Amino acid sequence: MAETSLYMRMLPPMSRWILQGGADALSAAARAWPAGLSSEACRARGQGELHALWLGPEEFLLLAPPDHEPRALREALAGMPHSLVDVSHRQVAFEVCGPDCALLLSAACPLDLDAAHFPVGMCTRTVFGKADIVLWRTRADAFHVEVWRSFLPYCTELLAEQVQN
Amino acid sequence: MLLIDCPYCGNRPEIEFTYGGQAHIARPTQPADYDDHQWTEFLYLRDNQRGLRAERWRHSHGCGRFFNALRDTTTDRFHGTYKVGEPRP
Amino acid sequence: MSTHRTQTGGRIDRTRKVSFRFDGRTYTGQVGDTLASALLANGVHLTARSFKYHRPRGILAAGSEEPNALVAVWRDAARYTPNLRATQVEIYEGLQAGSQNRWPALGFDIGRINDALSRFFPAGFYYKTFMWPRRAWKSLYEPMIRRAAGIGIAPTLPDPDRYAQRYAHCEVLIVGAGPAGIAAALAAAKGGGRVLLCDEQSELGGSLLSETRAQIDGQSAAQWLAQALAELAANPRVTLLSRTTAFGYFPHNLVGLVQRVSEHRETALPGQIRERLWQVRAQQVVLATGAIERPLVFPGNDRPGVMLADAARTYLNRYGVRAGTRAVLVTADDTAYQSALELAAAGVAIAAIVDVRDQPGAQQLAAAHSAGIEIFAAGTVLGTRGALRLRAARIGQRDATGAVHFRRSVVCDLLLMSGGFTPSVHLFSQSRGKLEWSEELQAFVPGAAAEATRCAGACRGVFGLSRVLEDGAALFAAQHYEVSEDGPTPGAGWLGTLPQPVDADVGKAFVDFQHDVSLKDILLATREGFHSIEHIKRFTTTGMATDQGKTSNLNALAIAAQRLQKPPVEVGLTTFRMPFTPTTFGSFAGASRGELFDPVRRTPTHEWAEARGAVFEPVSLWMRARYFPQEGEDMHLCVKRECLAVRSACGLFDASTLGKIEIVGPDAAEFLNRLYVNNWSNLAVGRCRYGILCRDDGFIYDDGVIARLAPDRFHVTTTTGGAARVLAMMEDYRQTEWTDLAVWLTSTTEQWAVIAVQGPRARRVVETVVQGADLSAAALPHMALTRGYVSCEDAPQIPAMVFRVSFTGELGFEINVPAGYGRAVWDQVFEAGQAHGIVPYGTETMHVLRAEKGYIIVGQDTDGTVTPDDAGLAWAIGKTKPDFVGKRSLQRPSMNDAIRKQLVGLFCLSCTAPLEEGAQIVDSRGQSVPMKLIGHVTSSYDSAVLGKPIALALIAGGRARIGQRLFVPMPGGEIEVEVTSPVFYDEKGVRLNG
Repeated sequence: MAETSLYMRMLPPMSRWILQGGADALSAAARAWPAGLSSEACRARGQGELHALWLGPEEFLLLAPPDHEPRALREALAGMPHSLVDVSHRQVAFEVCGPDCALLLSAACPLDLDAAHFPVGMCTRTVFGKADIVLWRTRADAFHVEVWRSFLPYCTELLAEQVQN
Repeated sequence: MLLIDCPYCGNRPEIEFTYGGQAHIARPTQPADYDDHQWTEFLYLRDNQRGLRAERWRHSHGCGRFFNALRDTTTDRFHGTYKVGEPRP
Repeated sequence: MSTHRTQTGGRIDRTRKVSFRFDGRTYTGQVGDTLASALLANGVHLTARSFKYHRPRGILAAGSEEPNALVAVWRDAARYTPNLRATQVEIYEGLQAGSQNRWPALGFDIGRINDALSRFFPAGFYYKTFMWPRRAWKSLYEPMIRRAAGIGIAPTLPDPDRYAQRYAHCEVLIVGAGPAGIAAALAAAKGGGRVLLCDEQSELGGSLLSETRAQIDGQSAAQWLAQALAELAANPRVTLLSRTTAFGYFPHNLVGLVQRVSEHRETALPGQIRERLWQVRAQQVVLATGAIERPLVFPGNDRPGVMLADAARTYLNRYGVRAGTRAVLVTADDTAYQSALELAAAGVAIAAIVDVRDQPGAQQLAAAHSAGIEIFAAGTVLGTRGALRLRAARIGQRDATGAVHFRRSVVCDLLLMSGGFTPSVHLFSQSRGKLEWSEELQAFVPGAAAEATRCAGACRGVFGLSRVLEDGAALFAAQHYEVSEDGPTPGAGWLGTLPQPVDADVGKAFVDFQHDVSLKDILLATREGFHSIEHIKRFTTTGMATDQGKTSNLNALAIAAQRLQKPPVEVGLTTFRMPFTPTTFGSFAGASRGELFDPVRRTPTHEWAEARGAVFEPVSLWMRARYFPQEGEDMHLCVKRECLAVRSACGLFDASTLGKIEIVGPDAAEFLNRLYVNNWSNLAVGRCRYGILCRDDGFIYDDGVIARLAPDRFHVTTTTGGAARVLAMMEDYRQTEWTDLAVWLTSTTEQWAVIAVQGPRARRVVETVVQGADLSAAALPHMALTRGYVSCEDAPQIPAMVFRVSFTGELGFEINVPAGYGRAVWDQVFEAGQAHGIVPYGTETMHVLRAEKGYIIVGQDTDGTVTPDDAGLAWAIGKTKPDFVGKRSLQRPSMNDAIRKQLVGLFCLSCTAPLEEGAQIVDSRGQSVPMKLIGHVTSSYDSAVLGKPIALALIAGGRARIGQRLFVPMPGGEIEVEVTSPVFYDEKGVRLNG
């Protein structure tokens, strides 16, 4: 498995949580999480190293540096029905980058990755071949990909195959 | 591959979805009140209409939400999608 | 250069010769030739034997509609492609190709006897002839038909080439890069959207590639084409794909393309793929697929040397090849005169023009006369002569009464025919667009579209270069094109058979060349009572398979319609199937082969197990260690050692693949109450319970241990294979049925590595590894959990959840740590276990140990028809709950029938080896077939601790049969078994306490 190359690199470990809850809990969370939570579907919000990715109408993926403890968030959510589950180790992240990043992903991702249809800041769960991924465009020429850890070799080998092509 | 309009995420390719069968069949809140015949109907019997059909889909490789769709079974054309709990348009 | 090759002209590279082999002989062609054009340049017309009668066949067409010249092309034994159309194979240095369907040689073929016997092989012959005697079917008829069936031979070696795939999206996809497609692309590109233009040929241009006379906006067609393509290529929003076939039109404007990337090269570039499959989702699709010239149906119309008129023109103008030296043209259309005149100008003698119509076009007539060509109006062809190549055509004429008279036999080696043009509506029809019958054209043209599809040019019946260009452009913006020498436009042409004398033998007047369907066969079908074209198609095979009736559909339809005295629309048109032309399996597979066929999921300890020589087995997508053999051990010995080690000391097992779902929210307990059969309200925080999940039909769907981490937080485990479907089922109920509950679900399967330590010495091992937790029996009883931490070099405090659970019947712990630390903690446990005789074990030992305890595996001991009570698990059901998923079904009388199959144990009385899993069970000896089967073996192993084989089985009324003797009929004889409790070992469960 090529861990770093011109077209992809592994991203460092991160703290991750899946936040789910009703409207009250999510608006409280939006106030407590530094960059807030996107109310628009399929959009990420971030400030510094803290990010919140919209995955579903009641579901966000929160990203933070390792060992980050979201104390303010927990306090804001106390007493409100919600679910905050640590998934730091469930998934890993890599970045597909370079001018052909969208083309590389298009080998196995069925979405329209043209910048007009998948702009910077857009994020969504989708598929890459037979793996489930979260795809997040962080720059015009870079996608952040989250994948469950056991699917990582499959994803990177599939990418390597496309690079050959 | 169909293009399905997820009420949350917009048009997405069928490969991201899971089909969920006929829509608007609520599970009885008091199953004990159902006799065997009624229960069997709820459990096993589904319409198989030609034409417009309300059916369930889940955007399983997307936002994860179930929703309902009106699809013409003869043309595969969708006449709309709507959220769970909303009435059939 | 041969006499067939012209001195100048065409798009071939006359400076570069290419030598290639066909049927063992070496020929020379030029760069830019197709196999067909190169063979014709060498005077070779005979390229194939027909499918059924093995008749000699030549090259009929110049494009993908070629029905005859199917060849095999190979580079080596593995790179062998059958059934390629010679008209689409581009030659390269050293190309090897061969004809098919002949033995021993193309020129002398034994199968030709079928032709002589053809009256015994009419359409549908295999439905009738081979019915009797019945016995002969297997031994004689089937092998014979199998040998004769199919066209071409499939290679048997794995395909060594690589294939790629791509999803693409565009505002406009244009299929076909002829004048209509290119004009459409030029106009569409001005709109700024993404435009994708593809064409199946090696060069974009379509009919422009063989247009030598017309001028477009003052330029030659070739100049105009080059300029247009340069303009398109310079636009970054435009993608041009040559050698790319749009093979299928799928719902919602998804079009499948196959791009042949390296097939035309002598050697692929390093790393180059062979083909790429494109799945293109287009906002708009423009079909500019052109039209296909229709053959005429007359006796002997299949002889090598008979060719479509427009194809001969293409060979001349594009490839610089004269397809013959002396030609006769038989036509029902003005456009074909052009072909004859251009061939004449190039030095081909035109012996005669036979115009089927009473009144040929005046202009064409005059042009032909001035070229000195004899014309037979109201003419017909009565037959052809020649063995492996056409030698003469027999020309006839109709008199005023319509009677047909023989006129003359004309010597010729080329017979050009044109029955008019059939719009190529394959893709439009695939898209479920409606076809309409055009009286004017006597053909189907696109009607109402079902998708966002528009058609332009000849594929919708628009002919003539200027009209076609303007038709393409007009889809986006009207534009005028000034074209000189526009030429005539085709009219109705001719459908069905040419006029013949009443007593003519029409057995060799072919309608479908590829499937050897003759006029006679279609007439037979109508006589047999087939009145729908769909039935006629199946009876005669016309229009079937790879060809999809490109040249034959309309003639077949017309003949049937005439015979049935119905208008063609009423007889109907068969459905066009994808693919448009044959498509390789490789392109569909893409990268999904070998290692990348499916994701292979590996646990955190995979490398450790691999290094210790573990044997793995796939469990859903996971690769799990099955057993850890030591020197000289087979699976049997290894599993025996592993089992005894767990029972006597302790074993180490990677259970990370178990599905895990965290269920959180104030209503979490209520949610579980409604789902699982058990009661969860009374489960204390810090305790676990074995849960059973049924579907609403009352049958077991999944099982697993569920722990309460907090009042509003549960940690649910599922079977390895059930993880995804259980979560989906839970989400279904949560989102659609019980929207009143405040509860959320998160998969944590891969968050946790699960290290199971099982055996009487397990506590001592776990205690040394996990700190900050009291693991004593009092503090952590069976089915309880606690939290602690594990210290590693890199990570001083790895949080750990320790569950005291057992799937072996022994004292057991499952250490859950974040997956990234799984390997480090595993290493520590293994190290700590050395003093206690720890042994790593795999799934096979796990299966044996759980079977000794009668613990079920969902999917092995259950099959979707097993209730909790059937499995002996009725104790788990929360009796006081008003409802749970499956409860109502379990109350149906039949679910409580005493003769339901119940899970029991079996001891083998007359065997020493384990029973076969899946073996059937009967209740008496010596039954004759069909026996009365009362159950089957679900699990069967050698039990090391008991020293004999054991089995679990589902048997009708099983629990009432405990103590009875039953029989397992096997090929080697009946095996006698005794029914027992499914719990074979430690029935009281004292070993759980260590």
